[in-house]
Amino acid sequence: MSEATLRAEGLTKSFPGVRALDGVDLSLRAGEVHVLLGENGAGKSTLIKILSGAYRPDEGRVLMDGRPVEIRDAGDARRLGISTIYQEFNLVPDLSVAENLSLGRLPRRFGLVDTAAMQRRARELLERVDVRVDPRTPVRRLGIARMQMVEIAKALSLDARVLIMDEPTAVLTTGEVGKLFAIVRRLRDEGVAIVFITHHLEEIAEIGDRVTVLRDGRSVAEVPAGTPQDELVRLMVGRPVDQQFPRRPAELGEPLLSVRGLTRRGAFDDVSFEVRAGEVVGLAGLVGAGRTEVARAVFGADRYDAGEVFVRGRRLPPHDVHAAMEAGLGLVPEDRKGQGLVLGAGIGENLGLVTLRDATRAGFVDLKGQRTAAARVAEQLGIRMTGLDQEVRTLSGGNQQKVVIGKWLAAQAGVLILDEPTRGVDVAAKVEIYQLVNALTDSGHAVLMISSDLPEVLGMSDRILVMARGRLVGELRADEATQDGVMALAVTDVAGSRAE
Amino acid sequence: MRSKQGGTDSRSSAWLAENGAVAALVVLVIALSLLSSDFLSLTNLLNVGVQAAVTAILAFGSTFVIVTGGIDLSVGSVAALSAITLAWTATEGGLPWPAAVVLSLATGVACGLVNAVLIAYGKLPPFIATLAMLGIARGLALVISQGSPISMPEAVSHLGDTVGRFLPIPVLVMLVMGVVAAIILNRTFPGRAMYAIGGNEEAARLSGIKVSRIKLITYALSGAFAAVAGVVLASRLASAQPQAAAGYELDAIAAVVIGGASLSGGKGRALGTLVGALILAVLRNGLNLLSVSAFWQQVVIGVVIALAVLVDTLRRRGTN
Ligand SMILES: Nc1ncnc2c1ncn2[C@@H]1O[C@H](COP(=O)(O)OP(=O)(O)OP(=O)(O)O)[C@@H](O)[C@H]1O
Ligand SMILES: [Mg+2]
Repeated sequence: MSEATLRAEGLTKSFPGVRALDGVDLSLRAGEVHVLLGENGAGKSTLIKILSGAYRPDEGRVLMDGRPVEIRDAGDARRLGISTIYQEFNLVPDLSVAENLSLGRLPRRFGLVDTAAMQRRARELLERVDVRVDPRTPVRRLGIARMQMVEIAKALSLDARVLIMDEPTAVLTTGEVGKLFAIVRRLRDEGVAIVFITHHLEEIAEIGDRVTVLRDGRSVAEVPAGTPQDELVRLMVGRPVDQQFPRRPAELGEPLLSVRGLTRRGAFDDVSFEVRAGEVVGLAGLVGAGRTEVARAVFGADRYDAGEVFVRGRRLPPHDVHAAMEAGLGLVPEDRKGQGLVLGAGIGENLGLVTLRDATRAGFVDLKGQRTAAARVAEQLGIRMTGLDQEVRTLSGGNQQKVVIGKWLAAQAGVLILDEPTRGVDVAAKVEIYQLVNALTDSGHAVLMISSDLPEVLGMSDRILVMARGRLVGELRADEATQDGVMALAVTDVAGSRAE
Repeated sequence: MRSKQGGTDSRSSAWLAENGAVAALVVLVIALSLLSSDFLSLTNLLNVGVQAAVTAILAFGSTFVIVTGGIDLSVGSVAALSAITLAWTATEGGLPWPAAVVLSLATGVACGLVNAVLIAYGKLPPFIATLAMLGIARGLALVISQGSPISMPEAVSHLGDTVGRFLPIPVLVMLVMGVVAAIILNRTFPGRAMYAIGGNEEAARLSGIKVSRIKLITYALSGAFAAVAGVVLASRLASAQPQAAAGYELDAIAAVVIGGASLSGGKGRALGTLVGALILAVLRNGLNLLSVSAFWQQVVIGVVIALAVLVDTLRRRGTN
C-alpha cells in the first residue's frame, strides 16, 4: 500500500507565454483517491495530460512501480494501464454512444464491424454507470451530463490500474454524483489508483484520501483529504476566500419573462413560469428533467410545439434567436465547447461576439471599443491569459467558462438565462460571478439559473422551480427551500409521464 | 493570432509561423532571380502580376467562403458566364456598356445567391451546391455564346491596358479588390461574423448572428468577385470566351490555402490569399523562364501545393 504506483517528479511544461507546470511532484498509491486541487489555470489538466500521453513534459520524469516510463501517446498510456477522462470530452458527436464506447476497438466479425456485439458491450458499460440511454443515440443529442457519464463508461471499459478523472462532477447532479462515487469507491477498493479533480470542495472529504494542491504550476502542498475547507482554499488561492453565497435580494419589478404552456413532445410539457425584474429564479431538477431543453426553447435556439414566450409583455416568435436577443434575452449555454465558444478564435473575439452587431456603425465594427470592453470583462472575471489574442482553445477549462459568461455580461441582456454558469470555475471566481449576478439584478435585470450544483441554486436564487420528467413539479421560496425538499420534488414521478 | 513569446528567437519563429507564405514567396523570388537573369526585370514582374490578377481576384472571393468553412467550386464558371453576359448584352443586346457591366456583376451575384440558398436553406453541402453551379454556369455560358467567343465592348477592354505606360490595370484591379476583401473581412460585421461561423456555427447562431443571411452575403460576394475576375480576363483577351477560366476554381482554392486559411473554416486573410496567388504565378512564370515543360510544371505545382499545406499543418501541430 505504501509503495507508489505512479510517481511524477519535477514535471515542467511551458506553452508560449506561460509556464503551466514548474517542477511538479505527485505520488499516487494503489487503492487511493488522490485529489488534485488548484485554481483555474493552476496546471491540473496539463499535469494529467502528461500522464495520459497527450503532452510531453519539457523536464521531469514519470515512474511506475519505481521504474521510469515513457508515455509518448495515448497508446503508451493504455499499455501502462492509465485511463483518462478529460475535462473537455473526447467523444465524436456524430457517432452513436455505442460507437463512441468502442472507438478504436470495434468488435469485428469476418472483417466487418460486429454491430450486435458493439451494442451489447455498450449496454453493459452503460449499466455499470447506471445511465439509461439508448446506445444508438448520437452523442450530439445527449446533453452535457450524459456525455460525461458516457465518458466515464468509456474510461471504465479499459480496466485501468490508474484512473484519472478531470472534473467528472462539474456537470452532474447530486444523484449522478452519488452513482459516480459508488463506482469510484469500488474501484479504489479493488486497488485502482485514482486521480480526482474537482472544484466542489465538499466532495473532497467525501471521496478523497489525499490532496495535492497546485498553485501557479507548482505543487505547494500534500495534505490529507480531511483538511478543513478554509485551509484548502488558503493553500490553493494563497488568501482566505469568503465562500458564503453573497445573494443580495433586489427589489422586484414587473415580470420581464413569462413563459406559458411551453410544450415540445418528448422533451417538456406545459411549462409556465415568470421571472420578474430584479429576481433570480433557479431551475432545479435531475439530469434529463428537461431544464436545458426549456431554456433553449425559450431563447429560440430550438423549436417547440405549443405555448408562448413573452419578454416585457411582447410575444417572441418561436425558434428565432435573433428576435429573442433583440427583445433582451441572453443564454449562457451549458456546452461551452459545442455551443458557447469559437475555440480557434481569440479571447477578445469571443468576448465581443454577442455585441458585434451593436458595435457596428455605418457598416464598420468598432474594433477598438470591442477590445476595450473585452479587456474590462476579462479583468473583471480574472481570466488567466497571456493576452486578448490568445486562442480560447488554449485556455484552461474554468477560464474558458469565464469567457462564455463574460460575452453575455458584456451584452447587458435584460433577462439572462444561465445554464450551468459556474461549471468548472474555481471557488474564488465563483464568488465573482455571484457578485456579477447581484449587480445584474440590482440594476433591474432578471436571471434564470439552471445549475446541477444544488447548494448554488439554493444559495443564489430568490425562488426555485423544480422540474421532473419534462414538467414543472413545484415551486419553493428560497428561504423555505432545503436540499432535501428540492430533491424530493425532483424525483417526483409525474403521472402519465413520457418514457425515457 | 499566436500569443506573445518570451525570447526574440521564439518571436521571430512565431512571425515565420504566422507568415510562412510570405517567407516562401521571398525564397522563391530569390531562387528564381539567381537561376534566371530575366526574372527580376520590371517587365517580367509586371507580367507575373497580370498572371496572378485573375486567380487572386477569384481567390479573394473564395477567401470569404473558405473562412465560413464552405467551398465554392463554381467561381471559374461564374467568371466565364459573367464575362459572356457582358459581351453578349453589349454587342448582340445593344445595351450601353455601363449597363452591361452592371448586368454582368448582377449575374455573378445571382449565381452566388443561388449557391447560398441551396446551402443555407436547402442544407446542401457547399461542395455539392457549387459543383452543380459549376456545371450550370458553364453550360449557360456555352448556350448564350453558342460556343464561340464574343468580342468585348471597346470601352471595357481598356481594363486590359496599362496606366502610365507601365502599370497594368489588371494588377490595379487586383490590389483594389484585395483591399476591399481585407476591409470586409477585418472591419465589417459580416466579415467578423464569417470567422465566427467558420469557427463554430452553433456558437455563432446562439450569439445572435443570422447565419443564413451571412452565408447569402458570403456566396454573393464570391459571385461578385468571380464576375470581376471574368471581366478582367475577357478584357485582357479582348473577347469573352465560354471556356475561359475553366479549372481556375482550384487555383483559387490553392491560393487561399497556401495563404494560410484552413479549409475547416475560421481562418484566412486577404493578404495571405494575395501571397498565395503570387506564389502560384511566380512559380509558373519561373518554370517558363527555365523552359520546364508544361507537363512537368503541373507536377511541380502540385508538389508545391502539397508542401505548402503540409508545412502549415505541421507548424500548427507544433505550436499546440
Ligand atoms: N495548448 C496550450 N497552449 C497554450 N497554453 C496552454 C495550453 N494548455 C494549457 N495552457 C495554459 O496552461 C495553464 C494551465 O492550464 P490547465 O488547463 O492545466 O489548468 P487547470 O488547472 O486544469 O485549470 P481549470 O481548473 O480551469 O481546468 C493555463 O494558463 C493555460 O492557459
Ligand atoms: Mg482543467
